[in-house]
Amino acid sequence: MKMEFDIASGDFKKAGRASSQIKKVLKQLQVDPKIIKRIVVAIYEAEVNIVAHSFGGKLTAHINGNSIEVTLTDNGPGIKDIEQAMQEGFSTASKEVRDMGFGAGMGLPNIRKNTDELNVTSEWGVGTTVWFRNQF
Amino acid sequence: METVEKYHAIKVDTEKCMGCTHCMKTCPTEAIRIREGVANINPDRCVDCGNCLRVCPVDAFYMDHDALDQLQNYKYRVALFSSVMIGQFPEAYSEGSIYEALLKLGFTHIFEVEQPIQLLIDSIREQVDAAESKPLISSFCPAIVRLIRYRYPSLIDNLVLVNAPHDLAAAYALQLLTKEGARREEIGIFYISPCSAKMAAVKRPLGEKESIVDGLINMNDLYSQIMKVISKKEEQDTSCCRDQLTHDGIVWSLPRGEARHFKRKSMAVDGIHNVVKILERMENDDIPELDFLELKSCHQGCAGGILLTGNRFLTVERLQKRAKRYPVTKDCPITNCNVQDLKDKLKINPIQPDYVFALDSDRMKALEKLQKVERILCQLPGIDCAACGAPNCHALAEDMVQGKAKMSDCIFLQNRYLNENKITLARATKNLEKAWGKNRFDADCNKRGGRNEGF
Repeated sequence: MKMEFDIASGDFKKAGRASSQIKKVLKQLQVDPKIIKRIVVAIYEAEVNIVAHSFGGKLTAHINGNSIEVTLTDNGPGIKDIEQAMQEGFSTASKEVRDMGFGAGMGLPNIRKNTDELNVTSEWGVGTTVWFRNQF
Repeated sequence: METVEKYHAIKVDTEKCMGCTHCMKTCPTEAIRIREGVANINPDRCVDCGNCLRVCPVDAFYMDHDALDQLQNYKYRVALFSSVMIGQFPEAYSEGSIYEALLKLGFTHIFEVEQPIQLLIDSIREQVDAAESKPLISSFCPAIVRLIRYRYPSLIDNLVLVNAPHDLAAAYALQLLTKEGARREEIGIFYISPCSAKMAAVKRPLGEKESIVDGLINMNDLYSQIMKVISKKEEQDTSCCRDQLTHDGIVWSLPRGEARHFKRKSMAVDGIHNVVKILERMENDDIPELDFLELKSCHQGCAGGILLTGNRFLTVERLQKRAKRYPVTKDCPITNCNVQDLKDKLKINPIQPDYVFALDSDRMKALEKLQKVERILCQLPGIDCAACGAPNCHALAEDMVQGKAKMSDCIFLQNRYLNENKITLARATKNLEKAWGKNRFDADCNKRGGRNEGF
């Protein structure tokens, strides 16, 4: 089944809506709680990334009997150096965002830690696509 | 593994229940449906939090409990209660006079359960120190433990594996009385419960078959009984069983009562709907670094217990004042009991999750059902009116895929089907009667409900 969410830029109050909804579904499918936790943490981090760093974007999740595939696309600005962004602690977040408790530079590293397969593509000035898959 | 049928403290009096929707709407696990005009609790989902009792305008929910005449079966009659019991009485009544009144009612020994609390604190601290994944979550409130088992299975390993104060106190009381020469069968231990969740937990402890107590008394009832016999004069303090009662014990069941022992690396949340929000965040790994998380189902902790008579804020206030008169735990060595034995009694086995929200144990079937729920939701009005007998449209859709409801249970869809001549008026009326009972459609000036009873 397919679930889609629009993610607005800068709307921190709503960050976490997609992960909550997907979490509810995974629980109804009786997926192993430890696996749910990994998936939810990855989705939540990715959601917050779009809210905090992008001009807004979209999340699409495909769930079948043995895995979940999540694709997040945003409308820019894109990541200049993906390697650098994947390093723990690297952050371009503004002071404002950091003061809210986000932007510690753990987003992408944390997504990598919690996913089975991860692919990040980005074009500066265009946008970023984060795709990942977890087996149940 | 042997499956034991779930025990629940809360029951519905079908004579009193008028089939409104207050309880159904407030239930944190969507365990209630209205069928034939009365509330129906799904035993798989109920966590015994008691929120349904709180909002019921006609007192239709009740709990099984024992009467005081049961005391006559025992030579040693022990009253066990949380200190919130004392806290609810107006200041005009002294601690001594409340104890005296309990003796008048037939008890011979009175133990407040939060003693010797140091053993509990030590045991929790040991587990926190050893824990790989923090924060550890308090297992003090049985409604919260059940909530986590059902709704947050990924957090189950964060629960502190330790018995509750009432288990500790019961073991302590037994030890002291046995030392006095009493035989187990001569001792009647009566737990005076502040809430439905504790009642269920005492009757059917997690992972254990037998309850440690011999009787359960409703704190509300006992309060009224005490008020009948209590003296307003200052009474001599007669209790010999408060040796181990400390400041820390008295405030244990109040907000931050447990968390305060972990200072700033802890947080306390009260009120089950607030707890749900925090647990959701914890699942997202979105809470600050903490060692210990105290979660209590009732606002103001046990001072807001469903079976208390006194006002919760006044109870907290009085207990805090009272606590100041008692020594802090570390200045109060445990001398009169076998500490190792009590420590052993505190241990419990790991708690198992219970996937009551899974749509099907077969994942492919569950996925099919999930997709069906989505399709049904397109048809439903989305106003969560509860006129179908389910708390909201989504719950109705879930009931439908589980074969427990049908499309025409929704009054909006029913109206559409009537317009399209798909069902007859007689059929439509029958459908509504299924949820709301007969005679629900007649004018009746004496009918209860609909008069802002909740306020």
